[in-house]
Amino acid sequence: MARNNTAARRRTRVGRGLQYLALSAYLVFLAFPLVWLLSTSFKPPRELVRLHPTLIPESPTLANFVQAFTEQELGRAAWNSIQVSLASALLTVLIATPASYALARFRTRLGTVALGWVLLSQLFPFVLLIIPIFLVLRQAGLANTHAGLVLIYVVWALPFALWMLQGFVRNIPRELEEAASVDGANRLQTLRRVIFPLLTPGLVATALFAFISAWNEFFFALVLIKTPELATLPVALARFVGIEGTARLGPLAAGSLLATLPSLVFFAVMQRRLASGSLAGAVKG
Amino acid sequence: MTTLAERPDVERTGQGNRSGRRRSDRTTVYLLLLPSLLPVLVLSVFPLLRGIYLGFTDARAGRNVEVSFTGLANYRELLGDSLFWSSFRIGLLWAFAVTVLQFLLALGLALLLDQRLRFRGVARVLAVVPWAMPPVVVGILWRLVYHPDAGLLNEFLHRIGADGLRTTWLGDFNTALPAVIIVGVWAGMPQTTVVLLAALQGVPRELHEAAAMDGAGAWQRFRNVTLPSLMPVIVAITSLDFIWNFNSFGLVYVLTAGGPGGRTMLPMLFAYEEAFRYGNYGYAAALGNVMVVIVVALLAVYLRRRLREAN
Repeated sequence: MARNNTAARRRTRVGRGLQYLALSAYLVFLAFPLVWLLSTSFKPPRELVRLHPTLIPESPTLANFVQAFTEQELGRAAWNSIQVSLASALLTVLIATPASYALARFRTRLGTVALGWVLLSQLFPFVLLIIPIFLVLRQAGLANTHAGLVLIYVVWALPFALWMLQGFVRNIPRELEEAASVDGANRLQTLRRVIFPLLTPGLVATALFAFISAWNEFFFALVLIKTPELATLPVALARFVGIEGTARLGPLAAGSLLATLPSLVFFAVMQRRLASGSLAGAVKG
Repeated sequence: MTTLAERPDVERTGQGNRSGRRRSDRTTVYLLLLPSLLPVLVLSVFPLLRGIYLGFTDARAGRNVEVSFTGLANYRELLGDSLFWSSFRIGLLWAFAVTVLQFLLALGLALLLDQRLRFRGVARVLAVVPWAMPPVVVGILWRLVYHPDAGLLNEFLHRIGADGLRTTWLGDFNTALPAVIIVGVWAGMPQTTVVLLAALQGVPRELHEAAAMDGAGAWQRFRNVTLPSLMPVIVAITSLDFIWNFNSFGLVYVLTAGGPGGRTMLPMLFAYEEAFRYGNYGYAAALGNVMVVIVVALLAVYLRRRLREAN
């Protein structure tokens, strides 16, 4: 009996050890490319052309960051990206909120069709869409403009935004609405005082999703924006890769790092907002 | 329910609360849905249908080009296009390899993160970071890792004394595709991990405890308790991953742009080149149509088999 126990304990200890081994392998795989990007972005040119580069820069410098934003005009591209992504996020939430409420609260055939389309649209490669979209936008005078890009990003983000938001609406107990109407609130008041406050985490999450997908998007921006001054950050960075020499790697890494910052910040915020759980205790008994 | 209409002070917007409530409900629903439906119709449904149609025409770039219906001519041309076949083969290889590796690695990581281990906080953050990165940045990041002179990988091989293995990873005919596949796995693993982890946390603890009481080992519990309850999520996420991978573009465009010698020319890259370098809109759209049909067919087979297993 006692011997059995020690054997079992040894076995679990070995198991634990293996688990830690596996976890560290994952950490190395996930982290090292990021560490290398970080390291490259702080290296001065002469360390970058060295035959055997080191992980930690010997004389770290911020020059790459400065260079990335002055010389190559990534700064302008970043500003373009911020504008486009913010507009896309706001517009997506604005459009998706009423629709997601309707989808969650009313049973309509239209709703089913809409959701079906949403899922179906995931199947199609962009190349089927991009040519006709380009023609439509050109007819509307929106080709090669940020407004056109925003429109596409909104439509592109809508499927998942609707899917997500209507889930949030569904999670708000119907009884709360009924209670409000018993208390004499009309539908608009119910929406404003009861639904919206509870929906805030969902709205934030949807906005973040729309922001990030616009911020990261590459293909449409590459094809639709022809004027270099209007290019978004991913397109500008991709151009930068084309002209890369070893010495140019520093600014490239710095620019890439900065391009990742907004999404990281947004992810961090989103996690906290979603965890706040403003629904807890809303319905009892 | 009708009591709310009795109070005039809150009845400012109320029309038709008593009579025809159903009809006003329907109007409301349509009004609520309209702002979403309109842009989707104009910029998604219509372009898609037109895109599918373009696949049966000889549309080309340029303003006043006559477009005529050519039926299956594009597809006949595709059948004889060796570049298409090679890109198609590469695309399938890429999508399968990335999806399978992504899933296995993500499942392993999710299982680990579900345990009470140290550093799992760090791992959880790291698991999300690649997800938050723009594909273009992921491409640049891995170009730095694979860089022949200033790269992390070659330097690592030098440090462990394996100088013979150093190579130009993305420029070598043999290593380019595997190298690109690893990047695909790295970039897509986080999302799959997060989904699987969420699903794992939904598996009832009691089931595990009951199985343990019956003397089931860790592997048996995983096989008979965890896996079956994860199955719906696994089917959903692997299907989506496969579609996303098959249609992916930005990552490989930045890494290799299809090179060397077309060794990483995914179908989307091929279509992009056809459409926007050579201006063959109709031909590119035909290629898109073929891709859709293939994805649908593969998914149908996969989902049917899964459904049959579930029954």
